[in-house]
Amino acid sequence: MYGVMAEFDSVQALVDASKQAVTAGYTVMEAYSPIPIEELNDIIHKKRTTLSRFVLMGGLSGMAAGFTLQYWASVIEYPMNIGGRPYATWPAFVIPSYELTILFSALTAAIGMFALNGLPQPYHPVFNVERFSMASSDKFFLVIETTDPRFDHGATTRFLSDQGAKGVYDVAA
Amino acid sequence: MANNVHGHGSSSASLNAPVLAPGHDFETITEAVAQIPLAKRTPIGWVLGFMGAFGLFMMLQAALGKLVMTGVGIWGNNVPVGWAFDIINFVWWIGIGHAGTLISAILLLFKQQWRMSISRFAEAMTIFAVACAAIFPLFHTGRPWLAAYWLFPYPNTMGLWPQFRSPLIWDVFAVTTYATVSIVFWYVGMVPDMATMRDRAVSMTKKRVYGVLSLGWRGSARHWHRYEVASLILAGLSTPLVLSVHTVVSFDFAVSVLPGWHATIFPPYFVAGAIYAGFAMVLTLAIPLRVAYKLEDFITMRHIDNMAKVMLATGMMVAYGYAMEAFYGWYSSNPYEQFMIWNRMTGPYAWSYWMLIAINAGMIQFLWFQKVRANLKLLFVMSLFVSVGMWLERFVILVTTLHRDFVPGSWGMYYPTQWDFMTFVGTIGLFLTLFFLFMRFVPMISMFEVRTLLPQAKVKSEHGHGN
Repeated sequence: MYGVMAEFDSVQALVDASKQAVTAGYTVMEAYSPIPIEELNDIIHKKRTTLSRFVLMGGLSGMAAGFTLQYWASVIEYPMNIGGRPYATWPAFVIPSYELTILFSALTAAIGMFALNGLPQPYHPVFNVERFSMASSDKFFLVIETTDPRFDHGATTRFLSDQGAKGVYDVAA
Repeated sequence: MANNVHGHGSSSASLNAPVLAPGHDFETITEAVAQIPLAKRTPIGWVLGFMGAFGLFMMLQAALGKLVMTGVGIWGNNVPVGWAFDIINFVWWIGIGHAGTLISAILLLFKQQWRMSISRFAEAMTIFAVACAAIFPLFHTGRPWLAAYWLFPYPNTMGLWPQFRSPLIWDVFAVTTYATVSIVFWYVGMVPDMATMRDRAVSMTKKRVYGVLSLGWRGSARHWHRYEVASLILAGLSTPLVLSVHTVVSFDFAVSVLPGWHATIFPPYFVAGAIYAGFAMVLTLAIPLRVAYKLEDFITMRHIDNMAKVMLATGMMVAYGYAMEAFYGWYSSNPYEQFMIWNRMTGPYAWSYWMLIAINAGMIQFLWFQKVRANLKLLFVMSLFVSVGMWLERFVILVTTLHRDFVPGSWGMYYPTQWDFMTFVGTIGLFLTLFFLFMRFVPMISMFEVRTLLPQAKVKSEHGHGN
């Protein structure tokens, strides 16, 4: 068994139930919703993502790669004398470096987001619950997982029903 | 009413129209958008439209096939007008794309809620427009399979490297980055909606295809948090990117030393023109689309009104650019500059210049009037005219500068051939073909974003309750 899932009708009910679950001492849980709800991450996970740092590194490496490529090609590997101008014409190299900074940052942002989220992921236990197909349109779900130290099948199910859940389901692993 | 921020004191319908018609909830939004790609029956209008578009696309293939077999000589450009339809159409298409990125990125940073329901198809428009644009420089090389080592820096067997001091190479970097980032941004924005499609699809094939595209998205709080951060970063990156792309495109001209091109006003003037042309194309697509697919609740008169206003504002900036060009010509005291602008106004291509002024500086003034912005048929026709006007702008910049060389002995005229026209009209076919496929298979409106517009999507303070 993976955990116990509660179904809610509204954003407000899900946020309230998550707060109550945290207050009750549950730690290993996850909320699922058809829209982004900013508050939920702060309530359940507390930590913010480290994605932006990766993006900064991606951007800087893009800039370095772009500039190095142009410097190496135009100064070292294939120097061309055009009207006696210097080989290391850095102002001209700014533009491709700038574009590659953005390209590398954007790819890092997208790939990094998917990687941190563990996507693509073909299988996840929550999909075993039939009602969960509504999580992408208008229903809201809270799952307390069996790995939670306070997890107790009977007590956790009762707790979730008391939070005004429209339904409580067992999630097979 | 709710939206008095405009402060016009006008009480007419479109100013006060909401960004989402009243009476919707999560389910009705999802149903209205998702049922279009999931419908078993393809609407007959779609089939007819697609056939027309695909016909034009086949014409493009014929024109390009002829070009590859014969050579670039079948096009009308030749000394002194060595660049013509290929770069005119390239700049025209790239410019059209800019509105999509403006809507999806810049308006996101400014928290403009009206962007949400139009961003998906505007971004699709961007990607398809960039695809059409890429055809022109690629096939202008004559042998596109060789263009790989002319354009991209890779260690080839000839030991050659591209000239990084050339604006044309900057353009390669700018446009390929723009295309890549636009596709990535578009796809990332689509993943949660693909999960919705997966969950609502009945047929196994659709379930599988949308399931693969959704990457197993399940909408967990942690996922949404990272997703929102990534979207914001992508918007933050796309903003300087989109401004740089048309700036670099304008460098193709401005970095040269030809009269009429060598001007510092080019970058901002090109960017404004791009957004102007792009919003015209968004209106051209949105006005029939919302009627055909009954999406008036999502693309409301408020959207139409806002887009018309952006078109007016950017059109005025473009008109300022024309005034500045004329001023430079006079104030420079350079005989070549003076001749260029005079020849542009009175020479053999004067008709194109005055048509352009009539549209981009004259006709758009009607958009000051609320009644015009609320008249869909008129606005649709005007948006088509703007596309024509912006095409003429590039024609004027290109041809009037090149056809009168510094030496009168090498003056000439430019006449496009049937292959030029076939290629140009063919890319419109390619664009429409891709757009018809998009309408049939992809949710046209970002469902999860539009859901957040509902009051019940907001979390209330302690004793809050749903309404």
